[in-house]
Amino acid sequence: MTQHTGPNDSLRVLPRGEEPSDAAGDGWEGKAPPGNGGQHPVLEFQGVWFSYALEPVLQDITLSVNRGDFVAILGPNGSGKTSLLRLALGLERATRGRVLLFGQPPDRLRTWKSVGYVPQIAEGIQERFPATVEEVVAQGLYQGLDPLAFFRRSHKAEVLEALESVGLTPLAGRRISALSVGQQQRALIARALVRQAELLVLDEPVAGVDTAGQEQFYSLLHRLNQEQGITVVLVSHDIGAMLREATTCACLNRTLVFHGPTHSLTSNELSQLYGLPVEVLLHDVLHEHR
Amino acid sequence: MPAIFEYDFMVRSLIGGALVGAMAPALGIFLVLRRLSLIADTLSHVALMGVAVGLLTHTMPVGVALASTTLGAVAIEQLRLRKALPGDAAMAVFLYTALAIAVVVISLAGGFNVGLFSYLFGSILTIDAGDLWLAGGLAVVVLGSIVALFSELAQSSFDTDLARTTGVQVNGVSILLAVLTGAAITLSMRIVGVLLVGALIVIPVLASLRVATGLRAALLTAVALGVASALAGLAIAFYANLAAGGAVVLTAAGVLLLIEAVVFLRGRKRA
Repeated sequence: MTQHTGPNDSLRVLPRGEEPSDAAGDGWEGKAPPGNGGQHPVLEFQGVWFSYALEPVLQDITLSVNRGDFVAILGPNGSGKTSLLRLALGLERATRGRVLLFGQPPDRLRTWKSVGYVPQIAEGIQERFPATVEEVVAQGLYQGLDPLAFFRRSHKAEVLEALESVGLTPLAGRRISALSVGQQQRALIARALVRQAELLVLDEPVAGVDTAGQEQFYSLLHRLNQEQGITVVLVSHDIGAMLREATTCACLNRTLVFHGPTHSLTSNELSQLYGLPVEVLLHDVLHEHR
Repeated sequence: MPAIFEYDFMVRSLIGGALVGAMAPALGIFLVLRRLSLIADTLSHVALMGVAVGLLTHTMPVGVALASTTLGAVAIEQLRLRKALPGDAAMAVFLYTALAIAVVVISLAGGFNVGLFSYLFGSILTIDAGDLWLAGGLAVVVLGSIVALFSELAQSSFDTDLARTTGVQVNGVSILLAVLTGAAITLSMRIVGVLLVGALIVIPVLASLRVATGLRAALLTAVALGVASALAGLAIAFYANLAAGGAVVLTAAGVLLLIEAVVFLRGRKRA
């Protein structure tokens, strides 16, 4: 939750239980957080550079995401957040450096079942795509070529369970294109959940979703991360929610400005990131129901 | 027995029409959903170029057209998928280049002749058993591929990034779809004509998308409408002594208009 304060129109945000502080960073910049018991990181960027048509978008990014992390990727528009996710998923290739997903370059990954991706909006939804919500969620169960898939009904128990978890059971038989933006987004989240992924990668998944829907969504992510140990990497402009929910934060502005536990992120770093004064403010009311 | 069934050429036409009517929308639904409707028109012109070259050089026109559409389909998809050119630009380049080559080749051959006209507009009188076997074999390959790769085609039509991160080989599926479309167009030329076959790929799909809920349902509805339009159009052509290709496409367009009108009136009634 961000809050505009006073005539300077500065941003004031604070994770639950933290006091405002102007202290400088604690030396995490550009470094990976502490290890996770010798396991391979789920996702690693090693000195990654990326350019679009010779225009540098990301410069020398080194960070790693460990199993069970909840990582918020923060940064202003054009800072390279979406590019970072696309590199992580093998949808773009690094100009220099190395990206490893589950220890392998994404284009060599064979265990896509471990990955759930939620984009801002799916291309097909704008096209009056005839698929039902149930059909779209069932796509998440894909495990490779199955010549008889056409003849199988899609309402498997996993699909119904995923729909239930996002509150879309009554709309299972509706065309996805007939749903509101928020409902479409929940369907895409159900599609990612049904995969029982170990890693969820989400690119501004609540853009266009109302406040109640956002709260529901963050509760769901919180549960998945805390109770099921699913690793979450989330891009969002909702700084307050990110600082409240995430365990780790990576702040980007083409370079990695900050990477470390969210409670170490200071007003100075946020101000540097967004180019305007940002103050951190205690805010925990909305999550008392948990 | 109705008079239409007393003529062997009409029976062959009806069988050929049903095969084309099933194949074209089955491919078309995935093309329309990917905003690649124009690829049907582009590959039709590439097929025309192949026919013109085949007729000029006295080399199997259908074989040359098939080779041309296959190469054209692969090239267009490679350019599009590698982002060397935007999809519509890649298709436009191939469409106009193929048409220009066809025009030059036709002029070299001294202008249009009956053989070329039969490919341009279709000729139900010229369909022989060999054409039917070819169309039948291709229909088995096209419909079999669509059923076997339904999940991959559906996912890559919905969102290519989502499909890739689910493990679908999007590029391979896209190239296969384009190649099958080229082959279907080439082998449908004799029935509805190279200039009109693209309409059967698009129009029944648009009608289906107005009424069907669910991708499977939309696919099956499009195929049913395609087959019905082809059979009804050929029957109208026979009894009214009209050009078969034109009658088939106008029937499909009529069905689309009818469905649009019904949906519109039902919407107004509800409001």
